Amino acid sequence: MPSLKDVKTKISGVKKTAQITKAMNMVSSARLRGAQMKMEAFRPYAGKFNEALRTISGNMKSGAFALMQEREVKTVEILVVTSDRGLCGSFNSNIIKMAEKLMNKLEAAGKKVTLVCVGKKANRYFRKTGKVREKHVDIMGNFQMFNARAIAQDIAANFIAGGCDEVQMVYGSFVSVARQIPKTMHFLPVKSVAAEDAATATGQAGDYIYEPSTEEIMEILLPLYTNVMVYNAMLEVGASEHAARMTAMDNATKACKDIISNLTMVYNKARQSAITGELMDIVGGAEALKG
Amino acid sequence: MAELIHLEVVTPSGPVVSDDVDIVSAPGYGGDFGVLANHAPFLSTIKIGGLIYKKDGKENYLMVSGGFCEVSNNKITFLVESAEPGHQIDVARALRAKERAEKRIAEAKTQTEKINMTRAHAALQRALARLKVAERQPK
Repeated sequence: MPSLKDVKTKISGVKKTAQITKAMNMVSSARLRGAQMKMEAFRPYAGKFNEALRTISGNMKSGAFALMQEREVKTVEILVVTSDRGLCGSFNSNIIKMAEKLMNKLEAAGKKVTLVCVGKKANRYFRKTGKVREKHVDIMGNFQMFNARAIAQDIAANFIAGGCDEVQMVYGSFVSVARQIPKTMHFLPVKSVAAEDAATATGQAGDYIYEPSTEEIMEILLPLYTNVMVYNAMLEVGASEHAARMTAMDNATKACKDIISNLTMVYNKARQSAITGELMDIVGGAEALKG
Repeated sequence: MAELIHLEVVTPSGPVVSDDVDIVSAPGYGGDFGVLANHAPFLSTIKIGGLIYKKDGKENYLMVSGGFCEVSNNKITFLVESAEPGHQIDVARALRAKERAEKRIAEAKTQTEKINMTRAHAALQRALARLKVAERQPK
């Protein structure tokens, strides 16, 4: 039976932990609201952007642009987007697991793999593989469009220079507050939208007046498109991270409460048996004196 | 009342304007262009500069930075990296940014750092566009 003092110390320790996890839960829920708002605000831009790209690329031949060029795939780059901080359940490890699986699959198929890590967690895990070509850490806390642009530009430049022939993206997509799933997405070369659903794409593309020419517009649009993709992934990871942490911290707080109630039981039992022991002594002593 | 065209200005941080207006004028690839109701489908890239739209006889100014715009079905949509209404522009800050950029450009001549030069030029353009828009926006 543990001593009274030990149990008491343990209870107060667990109580403090519960306070911290509860505070973290509240911070995350506030941050989640912010991240969700940022995501909502970006949605119309991304939606309109895809719409416009669709109308333009309706009568475009792929392969005409550096970012759409399909080559024989020898090297694949994987862009892994995770959060910078931990304590958010299995959120990051799920993304990393998925990226690693993809990496192993590609390597088994005889392809070379390079990595671009966004977020400390991805970098920490993958850096020992020696395949990380570029890392972007400590930006997930507060990022803007220009952070995404820097990442997208770097990857696009590497792709154009022939450093890789295909780019895949692995990130945590935000389904709902209770559900975040890792997702793999094809990133580069940009697939002609027209090829995917020609029916909706070709609409009235031919009737447009373009200024400058469609080719020049595409030269400007395609890099912007990569920015949009990266920014979107970062936004989703940002929101998912907070949602995942909220759930994790909520569970932790609950676990703390369970432990506290168990420990309190142990404490009470220990105290009771101590009292019983003392009483026995007193009664025994009194009996002896009477003797 | 003349026919109206629906104007939308959307940035990554949210929609800025969504309104039915008389006329829109914007800094396009080949210079400023104006769009009235029922314009033919049109697509152009947008440079840093001032966007003007007229509604109920009142002119409104917006500072926009790079992006593109699409006209179709009597609707004009701007997708730009940022957009600031004229009355929200911080003139003092824009002035400081202008001086900073000018200084950087002047100094860069000696060290010729190309990347910084492009950035400084872009910053200068933005600052100038902001100042112009702020100046022209009727109070």
